[in-house]
Amino acid sequence: MTLTLDQLPDLQACTVTQIAPPANAPEWHEWLEEIGFLPGERVMVMTRAMPGGDPLVVRVGSSTFALRRVEAACVQVATEPGMAGEGTA
Amino acid sequence: MKQAVVHVYRGGPLLALVGNPNCGKTALFNRLTGSHQKVANYAGVTVERKEGKLATPAGKNLRVLDLPGTYSLHPRSPDERVTCDVLSGHAEGEKRPDLVICVVDATNLRRNLRLVLAVKRLGLPCVVALNMTDLAAQSGIRVDGAALSAALGLPVVSTVAVNTDGAAALLTLLDRPDTWKRTAPIGDGASAADTIEADHEVVRRILQGLGLDKAIPHLASDRIDRVVLHPLAGPPLLAVILFLIFQAVFAWAETPMNWIEAATAWLGNGVSSLLPHGWLQSLVVDGVIAGAGGVIVFLPQIIILFFFILMLEESGYLPRAAFLLDRLMGGVGLSGRSFIPLLSSFACAIPGIMAARTITNTRDRLITIMIAPMMTCSARLPVYALLIGAFIPRREVWGLLELQGLVLFSLYIAGIVGALLVAWLLKRFTARKLMHPLMMELPIYHWPRLRNIAIGLWQRVMIFMKRVGGIILVLTVLLWFLASFPAAPAGATGAPIEYSFAGMLGHALAVVFEPIGFNWQISISLVPGLAAREVVVSALGTVYALSATGNDTAGALAPLIAHSWSLATALSLLAWFVFAPQCLATLATVKRETGGWTMPLIMAGYLFALAYLASFITYHVALAAGWG
Repeated sequence: MTLTLDQLPDLQACTVTQIAPPANAPEWHEWLEEIGFLPGERVMVMTRAMPGGDPLVVRVGSSTFALRRVEAACVQVATEPGMAGEGTA
Repeated sequence: MKQAVVHVYRGGPLLALVGNPNCGKTALFNRLTGSHQKVANYAGVTVERKEGKLATPAGKNLRVLDLPGTYSLHPRSPDERVTCDVLSGHAEGEKRPDLVICVVDATNLRRNLRLVLAVKRLGLPCVVALNMTDLAAQSGIRVDGAALSAALGLPVVSTVAVNTDGAAALLTLLDRPDTWKRTAPIGDGASAADTIEADHEVVRRILQGLGLDKAIPHLASDRIDRVVLHPLAGPPLLAVILFLIFQAVFAWAETPMNWIEAATAWLGNGVSSLLPHGWLQSLVVDGVIAGAGGVIVFLPQIIILFFFILMLEESGYLPRAAFLLDRLMGGVGLSGRSFIPLLSSFACAIPGIMAARTITNTRDRLITIMIAPMMTCSARLPVYALLIGAFIPRREVWGLLELQGLVLFSLYIAGIVGALLVAWLLKRFTARKLMHPLMMELPIYHWPRLRNIAIGLWQRVMIFMKRVGGIILVLTVLLWFLASFPAAPAGATGAPIEYSFAGMLGHALAVVFEPIGFNWQISISLVPGLAAREVVVSALGTVYALSATGNDTAGALAPLIAHSWSLATALSLLAWFVFAPQCLATLATVKRETGGWTMPLIMAGYLFALAYLASFITYHVALAAGWG
């Protein structure tokens, strides 16, 4: 199963592998890339809104974005072994 | 639809400032142009257009356009479309810029430089302003301007928007003729996504060469966010801030508003004693002075509200508030950004509608504007107080609640429920399965700068005074005319207003309003009440030919209407005031903010229908309950 950004625990760093937009919003692919969600970029979830955990605060590169859960679910990621915690270098 | 008139400075080459949102572009614009700014809308759209002028050290006069912030040249909102259209020379009524200044946030080169590459491909002369170098230095990022310039093939100037040094270097650069040289545009027809990835690769190589390929987050901002965005601490903190803003707009503005009203009355009395009694005196005092006073009286609320909004915007808190409220507002199809405009509308819909400018999505902004008048504004309170005082008995319900207070509370709730219902219906029927994304940047925190707040406040005040003030003044004079002419015939027994055009209109309206229980006296007073809702109280006083004036009107009126109206009529009138679009100033503001008469007419139409329906139901239910 593919891991997506919304499924990650908070503060776990990972790398974007690709963007998979929903069928009814193909333009999200471009939009997410434009704000920095590009393959190879380091991302992590900083925190989530209460209640319901939606939307999420996401760190990409050195910037911070608020994404709804459906948007974060378009960002497919891979965790790197031996890389946990706050290291976003 | 009539298009907004574009105000521009004439002559001189045109510069355009382009950059990502939150890159400090507007702060740099303020630094470059100071108070020499003109704010209008772009032709045909409700996107704010800011133009300024500046002079270089060599005495060259230049026009500067502050284009809306954008992440790319593939537009996803009307704002971003304007930026693309202006840069490509396709914008209606806009000249293609002679030179582009790409403003780049030094703390976030990775994302910002992609836009520079895209702008460079357009072939326009281009200069890079490396902004926020002070914040970058705090995070340990030192950018070698010369090396970056060599890598990009573009001139690079370091700027700190708050300092003059960088701005001076930028101006010197603009005096060099080779800065203005055009290059050939490069268009390879690649798909947008391919270009982004290719540009990303180029930027990565450039940053690697500069030793800047590590992303360093702003730690101080992260520390603040740990509290502000904390799942448990964040929402109560937001509630406190919102309460403070609401309290300020509602309560702090009261004293200056009273002063303005007193000054208007004083001036009116003074002029009355100078001019001979007659229509001229009436025109000057009841038309012009009252009308101008009616415009200026909104200023305290507008200034206080926008002071807070600009502070929140400048500091970086506003998008965080929108994040925290996103879920709540999302239920009715709006985003978190609609909350502050709606909250402010409880004081007055006019600053609330102007505050809707902070909503980036056009559809959300329009819906917020359309439902804002349903929030119970302070001008309804005198009317509610009169009717509740006259008709609702003072007694306790269930031991602890007071009936009069309960009725007032339910009127507030009725407005909120109505607004949410309309927003929800619009979501159901207009969204067309269109998924409107959040994808909102949370910029790093800054101390708000007094200079930027002052410029922002001044612009709001001028927009209101010039564009909205004129319409309100004209409409007030028109209402004065309707209520004063023709004069009562000799030997007339009724109040003079009864014989005027407003009186005739009221008598005609009485036919329309008869099914909802309004008599002709109410119908007539609704006409001058269009100037502002609270005017209905004094207008009723006029119709019932009371001699009492000002604050005494309500006191004298209450027993009179309690005696002559049925309870059903009073309840129907209360229901009417929850929804009715009875405020020309609000409609004038909507006209200005949406750039045409379409939206204010739709608003007036649907609110009128809603008010009529609510009153009809209320009246007939009350009649059935035996309160006729």
